[in-house]
Amino acid sequence: MTTPTAPDAMYRNDEGLGVWEHRGKVAAVGVGHAPTSRRWDGRPETCVGAITIDALRKAIDDAGVAPDQIDGLVVVPVTTTGAFWEAGKPLPMDVIQSFNQTDDPLDGIAKLSAEWLLKNMPELTNVKFTMYGPGCMSNALNVTAQAVGDGLTHTCLVVKSWHNFEGRYYQGGANAGDALPGTPAITQLWGGPASYSTALQFAEYCRKYGKSHDMMAAFMENSRRNGLRFPEGYWAQHRPEELGPEDYLASRWIAKPANLFDNDIPIMMSGAYLFSTAERAADMKQKPVYILNHASSNTRPRSLLPTLDEVEADTARTGRKIYEGAGITADDLSFENMYDGFSLFHQFHLEGLGYRGIKFGEALDFYQTDISIEGPNPVSPSGGNVGSGRSRVWMHTDCIQQLQGRAGARQVTGVKPQVGVSGGPMPLGGNYTVWSASPD
Amino acid sequence: MAKQGVDPDELTQPFWDAANEQRLVIQNCVDCDRLQHPPSNTCRDCDEGGELEWKQVSGRGTIYNYGVVHDCPVRLLQEDQPFNLAVIMLDDDPGIQMYSHLPGVPVDEVPVGAAVEVIFEPSANGQLVPEWRVIAD
Repeated sequence: MTTPTAPDAMYRNDEGLGVWEHRGKVAAVGVGHAPTSRRWDGRPETCVGAITIDALRKAIDDAGVAPDQIDGLVVVPVTTTGAFWEAGKPLPMDVIQSFNQTDDPLDGIAKLSAEWLLKNMPELTNVKFTMYGPGCMSNALNVTAQAVGDGLTHTCLVVKSWHNFEGRYYQGGANAGDALPGTPAITQLWGGPASYSTALQFAEYCRKYGKSHDMMAAFMENSRRNGLRFPEGYWAQHRPEELGPEDYLASRWIAKPANLFDNDIPIMMSGAYLFSTAERAADMKQKPVYILNHASSNTRPRSLLPTLDEVEADTARTGRKIYEGAGITADDLSFENMYDGFSLFHQFHLEGLGYRGIKFGEALDFYQTDISIEGPNPVSPSGGNVGSGRSRVWMHTDCIQQLQGRAGARQVTGVKPQVGVSGGPMPLGGNYTVWSASPD
Repeated sequence: MAKQGVDPDELTQPFWDAANEQRLVIQNCVDCDRLQHPPSNTCRDCDEGGELEWKQVSGRGTIYNYGVVHDCPVRLLQEDQPFNLAVIMLDDDPGIQMYSHLPGVPVDEVPVGAAVEVIFEPSANGQLVPEWRVIAD
């Protein structure tokens, strides 16, 4: 079986498309997460393929579905956190020989194919539809929702996993060399870290609106607090440490004004969901969470970095697309779980949505109010990547669990959980999902 | 600061050749008369139909924004941390940006909005690379 990458036609990139044709007819039911770790320890049972199988089996079990009822699988094939298998490094033959390998010896170790998963999950006997959603879970969710809605699959797994190896983030490969090819040299010779672009947008935001980096502390504290209530997350599992304003503001700079905590921590993780038609989902073990819409942004900046003007124009456009396709307004949102890794762009997403009526330049002031899960204006109840490590998955899991009423210690109590929104990653270029406790 | 060397490729050879002649050229679409940077094999605005040329620009610009890099992923630059990393907007078209370490400007004392002019500095393999310096009042 050859697995295609999702075609452009599966994404809702444009304004004016109207209400999504499958609104309320697709549902998420099962959730599965593998245990997290900081880095791979080299064992077969903890490689990225193995933890993916673990997450998928948990999602199947959580939904209460027999494996042979599953007919679809959507996978994010890229699993790197910025860590690559260096050229010339010996292959881990003991790991490779522990699985039914594809032609690529690093499949299941430094990348992930649908073929590898099907070879190693013999219980999935009836999967007829496979597709790649590139990038991150937000993308794969859009693909899955559209595929189920279009009837390409009726019971579909979707999974995103991350591997992290030894060594420092992005410091191998070309960055360790003495020369670069001409094309990447135009953007990479100056050595900006991954968070540099976001840091600059944040700096411009602060200058324009008279805000400061220390105003982020309230958001960071709230996010870590929520993350420590996410038992599937890295910080809850390994380092149950609060992140108070003093700790946050004392942290070292990476690319000022982005500090260490503004950069999410790379980890090993896998998260999976089981989607189905609303009709089939009604008979499954968990309460269905209905998809009201999915929307995407494929906007590119004019030049090297998005300007604040470009960011604000596009997040506003994304907000309009989200609401239009879902047939809702900002007033209908019970909570928001927009992306936060890097933390310094969460406010762009929030302002683009007009969450709780906030306008451009107002989010950092909003952070100084009650944004807790107990209050009327919960911000990032998942805790996001700030609260649980780099995955771009927590926000989606939290939406599902909140609307199912099983978010545990993280359950929002200041609002009735009826509609949530999640997605990202970047303010320019992302994929978003609107979730609802009701199909209507 | 000793930047990594550059091995020009087919797409960017004219840019780097011009830099070695201490000239700044930017890719321009003949059809829509619009500059684009970074360069690409196609015009981003003509649905891949526009003919592209390299156009010499004035080498003047403005400091649009900056950050201070304390934890750089590029090995050759790490001994110079922390350092300024600014974004320059070209006077010829403020929508076009270029990076600069702003040689001579103290760390975190970047005059955002100041006028700058292009200079060319040798990289690790001798290829000249565009940089920018603040124009004195």
